[in-house]
Amino acid sequence: MASRKVPEINAGSMADIAFLLLIFFLVTTTMDVDTGITRKLPPPVEDDTEMDINERNIFKVLVSSSDRLMVEGSLSDIRTLKEDVKEFMTNPGNREDLPEKELRYIENLGDVEVSKGVVSLKNDRGTSYEMYIKVQNELTTAFRELRDDISLRFYGVKFKNLINKDRRKAVQKAIPIAISEAEPENIGGN
Amino acid sequence: MARFKKKKSSGMQAINTSALPDIIFMLLFFFMVTTTMREVTLIVQVIPPEASEVQKLEKKSLVSYIYVGVPMKKAKFGTESRIQLNDAFASTTDIAEFIATEKEQRSEEDRPFMTTSIKADKATRMGVITDIKQELRKVGALKINYSSRKVAGISY
Repeated sequence: MASRKVPEINAGSMADIAFLLLIFFLVTTTMDVDTGITRKLPPPVEDDTEMDINERNIFKVLVSSSDRLMVEGSLSDIRTLKEDVKEFMTNPGNREDLPEKELRYIENLGDVEVSKGVVSLKNDRGTSYEMYIKVQNELTTAFRELRDDISLRFYGVKFKNLINKDRRKAVQKAIPIAISEAEPENIGGN
Repeated sequence: MARFKKKKSSGMQAINTSALPDIIFMLLFFFMVTTTMREVTLIVQVIPPEASEVQKLEKKSLVSYIYVGVPMKKAKFGTESRIQLNDAFASTTDIAEFIATEKEQRSEEDRPFMTTSIKADKATRMGVITDIKQELRKVGALKINYSSRKVAGISY
């Protein structure tokens, strides 16, 4: 049998169909990437045993119900918080009232002084979420910059540009993000 | 010579549009791939706070969302900050069940990597957030993310 010619399908409306689908996806699409500050909550405590942490190792940050900041018992400002945290965590002058440092061997880095300091963040029930995030942001910035310092010193790149997994781990070990979101407390009265 | 008759220019020449569907399809695929359908309808108003040190939430399928904010219909539900889980208002006691259901929907090996994203309005008081955090600690959902918008530098 002679090969019969298959009638060609008119593809002129193909574009219209594609347009229809395109407009549907254009409308339903949400391009927002979810971003946020990641934190790890402490596991629940069974009993109220006092944590055995030396007083000098704790950096107390308190946000009051009127969104004011109290750092180590005195009124402070959010603009100075980052530098305060950095100074506290590094303790450059080996001062007595700033946290102890422990010489630890970390793979890839060698012996590094690791601070035992912990930032304790407390807030009131009346604190606004915006202020709380701002404080969290400052704390994160401080730790990020400390990591950058270490990373630059040993590897010559910033921490976020460090690709090697083992190296990232080493830096993370040298500067652990020691932020404790303490148990809630009703301080300011609300 | 009459042999080569000069073509009379009859206005504009038609543009070849046979490649148009291909272009449209390309766009279509782009949007199909990048699209994420909204799963819940927001019934609370959420304007996220701003932060500069934000991280991207990887693996959206492993994230459960808790919305906190003032109800959209203020006349009906008041102006107090409320928690929204899925499509309805909830109280802090519902969170444990919500997390349990979310866990069940994920496979065994994915469960340790689950994250809870708290999408709260910036005017929310921390009392509600603290309650949520305590509840999450109880059920062992310890990885959380304070949803915030990325800005270059925050204003004090």
